[in-house]
Amino acid sequence: MGTPSAAGGHPAPLPDRSAGDGYLPHAPGYVLNDGPKLITGRFVHEDSFTLARYESTGGYEGLRAALEMTPAAVHDEVRSATLLGRGGAGFPAGVKWGFLPPGKHPYYLVVNGDESEPGTYKDRLLMERDPHQLIEGCLIACYALGLQQCFLYVRGEMALAQERIAAALNEAYEAGYVGRGICGRDFSVDIVMAWGAGAYIVGEETALIESLEGRRGMPRLKPPYFPAAVGLYGQPTIVNNVETLSNLPWLMVNGADAYKGFGSESSPGTRMFAVSGHLRRPGVYEVEHGVTTFRELIYGDNFCRGIRDGHELKMFIPGGGSAPWFFEDHLDLPLEARPVGAAGSMLGSGAIVVMDDTTDAVRAAWRVVKFFARESCGKCTPCREGTTWLEQILRRILDGEGRPSDIDLLLDIGDNISPGPYPVAAHDGADAVPFPPRQTTICPLGPSAVAPVVSTIRRFREEYESKITRRDPIPLEVVPAGAPQ
Amino acid sequence: MTLSDANEAQAAEIIGWFPRPRSALIPLLHLAQAQDGYLTDGAMRRIAELVGATPAEVKGTAGFYEMFRFEPVGTYLVNVCTNISCLLWGGEELLEHACESLDVEVGGTTDDGMFTVEEAECIAACTEAPCLQVNYRYRGRVTPADFDRLIEDLRAGRAGIAGHGVLAQVRQSIPAERLAGVVPPEQAREAPVWLARNDVEAVR
Ligand SMILES: Cc1cc2nc3c(=O)[nH]c(=O)nc-3n(C[C@H](O)[C@H](O)[C@H](O)COP(=O)(O)O)c2cc1C
Ligand code: SF4
Ligand code: FES
Repeated sequence: MGTPSAAGGHPAPLPDRSAGDGYLPHAPGYVLNDGPKLITGRFVHEDSFTLARYESTGGYEGLRAALEMTPAAVHDEVRSATLLGRGGAGFPAGVKWGFLPPGKHPYYLVVNGDESEPGTYKDRLLMERDPHQLIEGCLIACYALGLQQCFLYVRGEMALAQERIAAALNEAYEAGYVGRGICGRDFSVDIVMAWGAGAYIVGEETALIESLEGRRGMPRLKPPYFPAAVGLYGQPTIVNNVETLSNLPWLMVNGADAYKGFGSESSPGTRMFAVSGHLRRPGVYEVEHGVTTFRELIYGDNFCRGIRDGHELKMFIPGGGSAPWFFEDHLDLPLEARPVGAAGSMLGSGAIVVMDDTTDAVRAAWRVVKFFARESCGKCTPCREGTTWLEQILRRILDGEGRPSDIDLLLDIGDNISPGPYPVAAHDGADAVPFPPRQTTICPLGPSAVAPVVSTIRRFREEYESKITRRDPIPLEVVPAGAPQ
Repeated sequence: MTLSDANEAQAAEIIGWFPRPRSALIPLLHLAQAQDGYLTDGAMRRIAELVGATPAEVKGTAGFYEMFRFEPVGTYLVNVCTNISCLLWGGEELLEHACESLDVEVGGTTDDGMFTVEEAECIAACTEAPCLQVNYRYRGRVTPADFDRLIEDLRAGRAGIAGHGVLAQVRQSIPAERLAGVVPPEQAREAPVWLARNDVEAVR
């Protein structure tokens, strides 16, 4: 672009994105690379969102397979596949489903399509490019659990996703896949699209439920920890992410054993990762879960092909804006929840943001904190006040008005939101503090705002210090040696 | 101003899909915003009646959500993302360029009422940085020159983007005979019939 990048001062011409690089013009950002494609296989087709294309490429066969089984057997299949939730927490879907209290009908299914975690871009692709796959996933879950009503909550800002889902639902109702007497059986479910109106916090599942009840989207006090106990209208409710549910059609057609043939034992299957930032081939990739490493994903020829020309990695965010940051030393970790958690961060929402050596660590941290300050719902004081203070202090440091005590002040505010040692990567002989953080708040948004601050202070303290102590240079008159005095 | 006849019908249909009318609140507010470009007091009062809330509750809820407006904005709302991935590829400079070339502050509207420029948070297009939305339709990898061209196209009506407030161009509609049936939670205490098939299996 010719102008200096705000993140560093390095000119940022946009990387060339030529045809044949694996990008598909109709699915911006998605890269069709080598590897198993369990949930993005249809993206190659320009009309992948239509019922005609869906049916001609194996669509609704997972539902038919499920309908030949008992609901409990379908649930068992999902449980034995260890399908991990893709919304952030990575909780196994089959186990979560088991939390529904028997007999307390009605149960509801709420689909979380609110994708707004900084760096995350995958649910939108799934909703825009393959809405029928998601609908089929919802139906399979409803059949297994005895749910007659499903609400599909799409982020407000995603007009095209709303359009595609509405059109797909209309087609599916018409064709007898949704509604009364599905596929001629005694199985009946209504799926209704709802949509948000601009609030990141609504992605938190209890806030999502509040929003669906027509209220301000503020998280509910816990316990109960799971809406499976008390959810929508006080009834047992399953909240699942779009990508989680999109796995179900493949899983029902091919079975749990085939599913476990991909990925690692504790993280089977594939997962979508949005890899953005200073890369040669940034993109959204469907990746084998658990076995691929960050290094392969960032540098591999089959993936992002390394940092943009002439530059080196400085740091990366491994799991969305809420995750503590990683560095060079973490590249060989696999994309798997447990080791990433032990190393001090989380895999989160499948969002990896890669920053090169031109990036100003304080500025990058400030931008993420600013997001949380803007999106705090204001229900608890440490988050409402703390995120704003963090943002203002970082801002004044960037403006050259920082005070020597500001670094300690930042850490102290962080400690009020998340007491005790905050999850952070190992550095300079100091051990990693494993994920997750503790919290004085109702939901994890507050603690999330601390992640960029603690991560960058631990690693780049001198960048903070140099900004704080920087003063206008005092001009020196240099007198050449030997010159007359 | 209140809801048009077509929107009254649409509102009644949407309310019928939820076990409780109040759940239709946000979709109905969107309906009103698509109609007028922002939420008028009249529309909010009518929606309050429809969902069984007070006008104050409706306004209080709407105010929580950033997309709802209580005053007119430009025909085209331009949201430039400056969050982390876009920051790395010049999102802030793009926002600056947008403001300079349209001669507005962030949040401001051009004198002719055509454009409002705002700073967006991550809009889930991070690999397409820097990116923006015009009335919630995406443009990715936007250079300043691309931006200027987009504005020209919008002024000339060539971009194919509807006025502010309109989101999906297709609406969900459920034929009455296909609807499985929506009832308040207290009237749906029985397990659905197909769930009983587990017991049949157990007997076998
Ligand atoms: C602040 C916050 C924001 C969240 N945003 C999202 C989101 O946008 N999409 C999502 O699927 N889950 C989000 N989650 C996680 C949800 O609360 C919930 O765990 C998830 O939707 C469950 O689905 P899963 O088990 O299929 O992953 C968020 C959580 C928090 C605390
Ligand atoms: S932590 Fe922040 S976002 Fe979460 S409930 Fe408290 S104030 Fe709201
Ligand atoms: S950071 Fe700009 S779209 Fe995600």
